[in-house]
Amino acid sequence: MKPRDDRAWLLVLPVFAVVLFSAVLPLMTVVNYSVQDSFGNNQFFWNGMGWFRELLDPTSELGGRFLAALGRNLVFSAVILAIEVPLGILVALCMPRGGWQLAVTMVVMALPLLVPWNVVGTIWQVFARADIGLFGAAVNGLGIDYNYAGNATAAWFTVIVMDVWHWTSLVALLCYAGLRAIPDAYYQAARIDGAGRWAVFRNIELPKLKRVLVIGVLLRFIDSFMIYTEPFVVTGGGPGNSTTFLSIDLVKLALGQFDLGKAAAMSLVYNLMTLLVCWVFFTAMTQLDAAREPTP
Amino acid sequence: MSLVLQDVGLGVPGATVLDAVSLTLERGTLNVLLGPTLSGKTSLMRVMAGLDRPDRGCILLDGDDVTGVPVRRRSVAMVYQQFVNYPTLSVYENIASPLRIAGLPRAERDARVAEAARLLRLEPLLRRLPGQLSGGQQQRTAIARALVKRASLVLLDEPLANLDYKLREELREELPPLFARTGAILVYATTEPMEALLLGGRTSTLWEGRVTQSGPTAEVYRRPNTLEAARVFSDPPLNELDADVLPGLAPGAARLGFRAEHLSLGPPPPGRLGFEGRVSVTEITGSESFVHVDIGAETWVALLPGVVDLPPGQAVQVHVHPSQVMAFDGAGQFVPAAEQPMAEAVA
Repeated sequence: MKPRDDRAWLLVLPVFAVVLFSAVLPLMTVVNYSVQDSFGNNQFFWNGMGWFRELLDPTSELGGRFLAALGRNLVFSAVILAIEVPLGILVALCMPRGGWQLAVTMVVMALPLLVPWNVVGTIWQVFARADIGLFGAAVNGLGIDYNYAGNATAAWFTVIVMDVWHWTSLVALLCYAGLRAIPDAYYQAARIDGAGRWAVFRNIELPKLKRVLVIGVLLRFIDSFMIYTEPFVVTGGGPGNSTTFLSIDLVKLALGQFDLGKAAAMSLVYNLMTLLVCWVFFTAMTQLDAAREPTP
Repeated sequence: MSLVLQDVGLGVPGATVLDAVSLTLERGTLNVLLGPTLSGKTSLMRVMAGLDRPDRGCILLDGDDVTGVPVRRRSVAMVYQQFVNYPTLSVYENIASPLRIAGLPRAERDARVAEAARLLRLEPLLRRLPGQLSGGQQQRTAIARALVKRASLVLLDEPLANLDYKLREELREELPPLFARTGAILVYATTEPMEALLLGGRTSTLWEGRVTQSGPTAEVYRRPNTLEAARVFSDPPLNELDADVLPGLAPGAARLGFRAEHLSLGPPPPGRLGFEGRVSVTEITGSESFVHVDIGAETWVALLPGVVDLPPGQAVQVHVHPSQVMAFDGAGQFVPAAEQPMAEAVA
């Protein structure tokens, strides 16, 4: 047996210290808040599981609000995935295979990915304004009534178009990398077989893209499930509550109403849901890998 | 049915890929394309298949010009060095895929797939996915897909290069008869002279995009008519020397060459040509030994039976029979020997 050498722990200790102060202790504070009630003046009263019970009961005020925000968030994630994934694949299929055209395409596509969230929000907030925004004014000029500040449909449209503009490139670049990894012999074999464009996509390209697509869907889902900055800058969660997603609602609850106990309970449940989704995707991905192993 | 290539040329910017290739391939024959990597084997196959259109020359199928006819409208099947199968389709669906596209009725399709699966011993695997198969099974699936199509031109592009030694031997024996029964023109590209000899049939040697020689495999091996054909078709490499070392052996010759199996070790007996040199390295496989000998500026290889263990630097004498020495002129063309007509080489 090899002699034990525990000195390596010394090197890990600083990381533990950082994680302790940046993540574990703040989380414990949240846990602490979630089981208490406060009436200000830094006075706290024990409330047990009360907030959680209320949060998970859809008939209560808090529960109804949470469920509505969760529903909006899931619809938002589903819609942007349904647009960004097929669009990303389509863009990747149309991208040039080399030369200066590829360099130009890559740079143009990487641009939205490099813009900070709040800047993206500001760009679209101005761009889509009905009075002075280039896009908003143009749409209204065509006779279509479009005002994201006053109309829920227009607000949703703006938030979704903004996300598609911001993140489709990511899916497209992932798919492009996946497509480039397919050996030319596959395309040749399909041509010799007489397979059409759709058959090539269905039987060669899509299966070979499966792994990058799983990663792309995972990244986009988690990102959209946690979305805050962009809709907050553009719509502030409105009009009404129509674009109030989970994180926006959480901030309203914690910092707007200063309901620390309710907000703490909500953020813990929110956190657990994100972890659960990550676990499901991780399992799905490893299962996918296992299925590729040859059986003896 | 025959496929004729007339003066076919193909270029990419800055390089010639195929240079005036003329070949005639007959129905039911096995044709080996032998040449090193980048000699144009794959490009030539792509042109034959109709995947690429040649820049010059024409391709005749049974006398009809098919130069511009796309691959879709030709009867071609191809097997690659990589194992190419549809990843989401079962082995059965993979083999059936060309028949499905051709719109064959179900009964006929099932019968053909069953036959191909039987011939390639894939029957127990028909419901698996390609990812669940070994390399040899994946390549047998790809071969079955080419077989069911009953194409009149079957192109095998180094099909065994990615397989291990044992599987390679096994499949090499099975392949030619499988396709010969369909009456197809079989084209088999390889980099290995030994593979060409084991396959038999006809061989065309390729060098830098040109077909340097074409004929029955054994004959091309025995009587290469250019220096390049001799080099391509020699493994270990051809032993070469300048012709002025042996004046009078073949008038007009610039370069002489002979194969490793014709070089013997020891003092030269009467009638044989003797040389002195030093051993540079010895490789022993067990049944035979490759002794590399430095003769002046040249390095020769002697292929000797059994274990011959000589230390590097050892002074040795080697000899070769003049009838085994092939002579080539300045342009690399074969030149007949002077006094005695060159006897048929004894393999």
